[in-house]
Amino acid sequence: MTERKVYMDNSATTRMDSMVKEEMDKYFTEIYGNPGSFHSIGLDAKQAMDNARERAAKVLNAKTSEIIFTGSGTESINMAIKGLAYAVQGKKKHIITSTAEHHAVLETCEYLEKKGFDVTYLKVDRDGLIDLDELKNAIRDDTFLVSIMYANNEVGTVQDIKEIGKICSEKNVKFHTDACQASGYLDLDVKELNVDMLTLNGSKVYGPKGVGLLYLKMGTVIEPLIHGGGQENNKRSGTENVPGIMAFVKALEIAQENRVAESERLVALRNKMIREVMEKIPKVVLNGHPTKRLPNNVNLSFLDVEGEAILLYLDSKGIYASSGSACTSKTLDPSHVILAMGVPYEFAHGSIRFSLGKETTAEDVDYVIKVLPEIIQNLRNISPFNLDLENVESEQKKIREKIRIHEAKK
Amino acid sequence: MNELKVIQSEKDKFALAGDGVSHDGKSWFYTDVVKDHFFNPRNIFKTTQEADEYAKEADGIGLVGSPACGDGMKMFIKIDKDTEKLEEVKWQTFGCGTAIASTSAYSVMLAEGNGMTVDEALKVKPKDIADYLGGIPARKFHCSVLADKAFREAVNDYYKKTGQNEKVKTDGKKIIDNVLKITDHDIEHAVLEGAMDFEAVQKKTKVGVHDKECIPMVKNLIKEYKEKYFGED
Repeated sequence: MTERKVYMDNSATTRMDSMVKEEMDKYFTEIYGNPGSFHSIGLDAKQAMDNARERAAKVLNAKTSEIIFTGSGTESINMAIKGLAYAVQGKKKHIITSTAEHHAVLETCEYLEKKGFDVTYLKVDRDGLIDLDELKNAIRDDTFLVSIMYANNEVGTVQDIKEIGKICSEKNVKFHTDACQASGYLDLDVKELNVDMLTLNGSKVYGPKGVGLLYLKMGTVIEPLIHGGGQENNKRSGTENVPGIMAFVKALEIAQENRVAESERLVALRNKMIREVMEKIPKVVLNGHPTKRLPNNVNLSFLDVEGEAILLYLDSKGIYASSGSACTSKTLDPSHVILAMGVPYEFAHGSIRFSLGKETTAEDVDYVIKVLPEIIQNLRNISPFNLDLENVESEQKKIREKIRIHEAKK
Repeated sequence: MNELKVIQSEKDKFALAGDGVSHDGKSWFYTDVVKDHFFNPRNIFKTTQEADEYAKEADGIGLVGSPACGDGMKMFIKIDKDTEKLEEVKWQTFGCGTAIASTSAYSVMLAEGNGMTVDEALKVKPKDIADYLGGIPARKFHCSVLADKAFREAVNDYYKKTGQNEKVKTDGKKIIDNVLKITDHDIEHAVLEGAMDFEAVQKKTKVGVHDKECIPMVKNLIKEYKEKYFGED
């Protein structure tokens, strides 16, 4: 139907960088040894891994002994939360997180609740931010962990990680952050960020799927979840995924090297997209914070229409995005993140996330801006609803004003 | 027997239980018929103004759902008063691909050719719509139920307008959970959305959390609705 293919689902996963793939291939066929083997072939693999660990540590401004490679972001999160919980069991029992976290955090916390731990879920405001005073007040004598994501995967809101880290260290509580979505765009210096644990994964930075990393600050004691041969400093047994790890670290380096320039480029595209879609289409609201926002995230709710139907039309035009609509979720409930921000259900069902990436061009953005109005109009023509939300207009104005002020400052 | 033809791959059995499987592993989530009705919906209005005009002359109008619950359908019918045959079935739908395709297909099934009589049309079941579409994903089955419900509402409206009040059928709601005021409809809805056992229904509706006495009744209802819609227990 159409020639143009516009992949705007980079927050789901990214296409692997060709340099990264080249790097990875080598470790399947040339340097294929088991790093644990006592011979030259194994030693080659071990040296490569040691080197990768050093480079990953450098990106994070950490020590090599503080880097644990895992099988995914989800695994790192499980390791951080459950691993610490098991280590303090019987002494402390309270965890603090937020209602807008990734399922990997929420489901892990819910599991621990069943095992007798207490969890406080901080609410987020309409922009997706937690309240720092609320966090301070929530910390108890038996609190051992705060887990707050760096940047939200659905709406792109960026939390004040430094401040959260400061509060935690003052109160002597460990702090974990899920930085998977942040890794291509934000600073990952763990000392600057005041974090004790930080989760990253490969598939969000043009690296491989099935590889993750946990930064574990020296002195933070966790129980391993996977027992066996004692790899990864006894924290995560199992033969190391050498090709995956080598490729992940390479991808992370490239992403961090380019992050400032790439962020600047994408912020311009992002803001243009938000502004022009809102100008061309009535009754659209932006989900997430207007400025404390990932450079690649555009999350909009289109009133009177449903998200999955929009996705189907977009797909037919060669545009690939995602939705927080109930119909696209496994539970048939709309996105927990959008609801957590207090966005009405009416908006949540028509929410679409466009997540840009390094392959996104100005032409791609123009193309989306061009085809979207007709799609929405077609669906509104057959919709029985016409919500009369006066405040939608005023809210739109406020958002545009915030973006304008933000751009003027630069 | 005219069995319900939801796409029955192994994956979709999981989907029935609420798994996040979003395609059949081949190319698309939806059959070609669903796609055709989604991208080329039949019996629609070109504009909302046209729908407003049509509403003035329609013999019956039915609306179910709301923007907050994620699905909404409005059906407009015109009926030949002498024969009680459906002359036209027009509609508006707020919903996903299945919801839009189901309403479109339903409108075609009812009014095409000579048109069914109202009595014939009322015998069309949600599973017939699913069959007509060549199968729909199990977890989207509630979409075809909504189309059916919107039509029933429209027919009731017609009966009221023509003074045939004795024919009006309403699905009486019954409160099951006396604390949270959860009705049999709420439980039916949860089952249609893929909650296939008590735990899943409770997670969706909170039924029986406070009112423990209703739990056996809820379990029976779940069994009933599963048989009714999915032909299993």
